[in-house]
Amino acid sequence: MKKEEIPQDNGALNKLTKEVVYAVDKDGNYSTDLSSGWEIKTTALDVAWDDIAQRIAAAKQKVLNKEASPILFFMEYRLMDIAIVAAYSGFWKLTIKQHLKPAVFEKLSTEKLQRYAETFNVTVEDLKNMTVHED
Amino acid sequence: MKTDFKHIQAAHCENGVTINLLQSIGVNKITEPLAFGIGSGLFYIYIPLLKINNGPAIAFRTQPGLIFKRTCKALDIPVVRKKFTSKPEAEKFLQQCLDTGQPVGCQVGVYYLTYFPKEYRFHFNAHNLIVYGSEGDNYLISDPVMENTTTLSRYELERVRFAKGALAPRGQIYYPKEEKIITDDVIRKAIKSGIKKNAHEMLNIPMFFIGVKGIRYTAKKIKNWRDKLGPKTAGLYLAQLVRMQEEIGTGGGGFRYIYGAFLQEAHAYLPNDILLESSKLMTQAGDLWRSAAVQAAGIYKGRIGSQADFDVMGDYLLEIAEIEKKAFESLAKIKWQ
Repeated sequence: MKKEEIPQDNGALNKLTKEVVYAVDKDGNYSTDLSSGWEIKTTALDVAWDDIAQRIAAAKQKVLNKEASPILFFMEYRLMDIAIVAAYSGFWKLTIKQHLKPAVFEKLSTEKLQRYAETFNVTVEDLKNMTVHED
Repeated sequence: MKTDFKHIQAAHCENGVTINLLQSIGVNKITEPLAFGIGSGLFYIYIPLLKINNGPAIAFRTQPGLIFKRTCKALDIPVVRKKFTSKPEAEKFLQQCLDTGQPVGCQVGVYYLTYFPKEYRFHFNAHNLIVYGSEGDNYLISDPVMENTTTLSRYELERVRFAKGALAPRGQIYYPKEEKIITDDVIRKAIKSGIKKNAHEMLNIPMFFIGVKGIRYTAKKIKNWRDKLGPKTAGLYLAQLVRMQEEIGTGGGGFRYIYGAFLQEAHAYLPNDILLESSKLMTQAGDLWRSAAVQAAGIYKGRIGSQADFDVMGDYLLEIAEIEKKAFESLAKIKWQ
């Protein structure tokens, strides 16, 4: 990449910082410069977040249709997979799969619900009602 | 409580932590490209079957933690590295380090890293930052990818140090153990061994998804993505490839430019023309990676999307594989004086 080709588009990271990139001058010598972002990678990130939004919406609908418990919704909302939920909650992956069923979820003890609530960083009430507060 | 510390911004977090910590023990000659090259940081891997964030698992650099470890080892600098099961123990140890004036590297997860923009907060647990002091209930943080230093509260720092999931940091702390004088001869030796190892890893690991072979394998996969995954998922996969290649800390072109800069800096220590020629090849490879990203963006934006467009994308990678192969083959053959 040549110095004059360093993109200075607006990326999400630009809210926090410009980032260091390496580029060559007209004699081919490398040095660093700052870039505020590159539209190509901004779009790549947008694509990922659009997909996440769709996953969250689909999960929500499944919970409303009683096809899944709110754990599915929060799993998508927190960008987790079952392995990550297992790591945070201490439940086995197979146990979590059971808890994803609405009928099983209904019967969970407060202690178990509390573990999920902590995993997703919400209150037990919010967990049950699928309520999210921006944090 | 504040240690004597100067924040230097870098492209990549682990390179940045490495050079910042080395400076804290008086080693000033190791720049980011040198740390990256001596630590044999350049890599390529596409792990088959494994999925990350519902997309392909691709990396353009070596395994997290290795750059610091290898660079220190090559420079013969002993390292302290500690993991913890107990959160209070982890904080106590951190405090003790800071009390003795020692800034420390910490491995953290970014999901709860409060100063990061939300768009960047995935469950990625191999970010690195330096804690260089504390003020009241806050820790002073030098995150090398940022222009300026920042702070985290005790709770926030604990939460990211004990993030869970793949590559869980488990409170990991590391730092160079003692001050050391590094001579140019030591650096020369480290550069040679770093290049040798990097060439080996890009060319000779006998697995089809690693190094130059891995780039070719990805090319083949990409050409099949359209039929196999459908346009939407194929677009998502390409977007993930581009993010791994260009997002925070690669310096552009999937670390190929940083490596090109390293080879130029290496030439100042070891004037062998192959280093400059290979540096040019790395620049060319980086440029092609970026052209491939532009092609990929055309697809994930939905502007293009025929099989021919996927083929063009795959062919970019085949061309890149040839260039990187050529570069590392000549590097591997250098007869050092």
